[in-house]
Amino acid sequence: MKQSFKRFLMVAVIAAAAIFTLTACGNTGLGSSSDSGSKVTKKAPKDLKVGVSLSTLSNPFFVSVQNGIQDLAKKNKTNVQISDAQNDTAKQNNNVEDMIQKKVDVLIINPVDSSAITPAVKDANDAGIPVITVDRSSDGGKVLTLVASNSIKGGQMAAKYLIDKLGKNAKIAELQGIPGASATRERGKGFDAAAKGQLDIVSKQTAGFDRAKGLTVTENILQGNGDIVGIFSQNDEMALGAVQAVKAAGKKITIVGFDGEADGIKAVKAGDMAATVAQKPEEMGRLALQAAYDHFNGKTVKKNIESPLSLVTTEDANK
Amino acid sequence: MQAQSKTKAANKLDVRKIFSRLGPLLALVVLVILVTIMSPTFVSPANLLNLLRQVSINAVIAFGMTFVILTGGIDLSVGSILALSGAVTASMLTSGFAAPLALAVGLILGAIFGLFNGILIAYGKAAPFIATLATMTIFRGATYVFTNGNPITGAKMNNSFLFQFMGRGYLFGIPFPIIIMIVVYGILFVLLHKTAFGRKTYALGGNETAARIAGVRTKVVTMLIYTISGLMAAIAGIILTSRLSSAQPDAGTTYEMDAIAAVVLGGTSLAGGKGRIFGTLIGALIIGTLNNGMNLLGISSFYQQIVKGIVILIAVLLDRRSSNNG
Repeated sequence: MKQSFKRFLMVAVIAAAAIFTLTACGNTGLGSSSDSGSKVTKKAPKDLKVGVSLSTLSNPFFVSVQNGIQDLAKKNKTNVQISDAQNDTAKQNNNVEDMIQKKVDVLIINPVDSSAITPAVKDANDAGIPVITVDRSSDGGKVLTLVASNSIKGGQMAAKYLIDKLGKNAKIAELQGIPGASATRERGKGFDAAAKGQLDIVSKQTAGFDRAKGLTVTENILQGNGDIVGIFSQNDEMALGAVQAVKAAGKKITIVGFDGEADGIKAVKAGDMAATVAQKPEEMGRLALQAAYDHFNGKTVKKNIESPLSLVTTEDANK
Repeated sequence: MQAQSKTKAANKLDVRKIFSRLGPLLALVVLVILVTIMSPTFVSPANLLNLLRQVSINAVIAFGMTFVILTGGIDLSVGSILALSGAVTASMLTSGFAAPLALAVGLILGAIFGLFNGILIAYGKAAPFIATLATMTIFRGATYVFTNGNPITGAKMNNSFLFQFMGRGYLFGIPFPIIIMIVVYGILFVLLHKTAFGRKTYALGGNETAARIAGVRTKVVTMLIYTISGLMAAIAGIILTSRLSSAQPDAGTTYEMDAIAAVVLGGTSLAGGKGRIFGTLIGALIIGTLNNGMNLLGISSFYQQIVKGIVILIAVLLDRRSSNNG
């Protein structure tokens, strides 16, 4: 008991000393104030230190984004550091803060969640580090540019395809992504707007952009709504889960995915999926890093950089 | 070492005791030195504050978990309690309630959820692992129902200075979560090592029957301990919600594992009865240093997980060896 009290005292004294020392140079309030210089010091690609924070590397789409960044970086001998948030908002904030401490020149962030990333973006702003967001935006803070596909347009493309293929008032289900994510909102918005009055959406369920969840959610949908003829999945991973569920149930359902990742394209070719709205994730990564190069070359960067989209169907893929 | 300890039988116990107490601290020191050599940024004051702020959430949960594990129990529901109480606080703020009230309700709810665990275990005689596994799922489900699966965020929440201060404020240059962590540590340290309640906690973990015969009201102690754990999870939930300026429905998933890892790394035995809250602080710092250090070194996140797992394994194996010898 005595010993532990001594230790407690020691810890308390050390803590007090630490607080005291830091008081001398510290401030009280919200956030540390520092001015972010608006002037850009020009830097060549090979002198740049780029911090990349990706939402998850368990999803092939973001692995492709990573590959796009790394390919371009290798060509230009740019120093790139990649971190994986494993779809955890808190972890992503930690990762970004660690890279701010590492004093990277520019941050390329693919947020897990557009509102939760805001404090990290603000911290980067305070440290004067420009932020480029990929695929999803940040709700707050200053962002140099957002590199993303026009998801609303993509959702419309998917709806039009299903209407053409299945006819008016066909019964379909919609697999939604992570609730609140901008991709979920915008893909859904585009799809729902174009499908209004044309398609009968009997079930809308979230499967978190995840293949395993796509499988179980589709199984449940098929239990409740066995008469659906089409499924719009807001990404390929969930669509691939849906493919398995549909196969197991022995049904023929037109499945349209979104993203155009390698497995998705393969499934489209095989006819398991009817179509996918293909993004070019590698191109997305390249465009993001190119924006960083442009910024440090003194060029002005557009607020929104649109990454190309195309509808890949079974017929087209096998031509 | 072996021969020495045989000859100095009187000192044997002390040496081992000191080693087992200081083992985690030693590991931390070695780790800090290693990381510093490889990445000097690590010891910059800005990064150390950054590191401590990152650690604070896990540390606060782990402090509560220390009490639970000392009684030989476990609390798997902390991550879900964190999410649910954070979501309730956030939604109260966005619908215009005053911040002190919203924060108080979040904390009280956390304590009540913990108490519920305690009742299940003390009076329902449920095994802690199973009881808290069930409530983990229930509280997580309730969070999804409550938030409708969407993150809760809003201008009103971000207008409250007090709420923002919890996770993002600075007091004399120190991030406020660190202050919370230190204060909570101080209070729980005194509670565990200086009060009758603390002695009862150890007694309960050492031998519950003996404790009961000796007059310890084991059921009351058990309930209080799980209440503390729930309250700590709620405190962590408020820090996290404030830091992210939004309440995420899946916040805190697998945090129970990080907290358990911190407790175990700190030398507390999962069998109960043996351990110290100081060790838990060190354990949380070791995990935080590993995370932060490997990020600074640019190690792939895939390898990071393997390294963390190995560190935990080594700690457990060392712990087993020392308890076998003793």
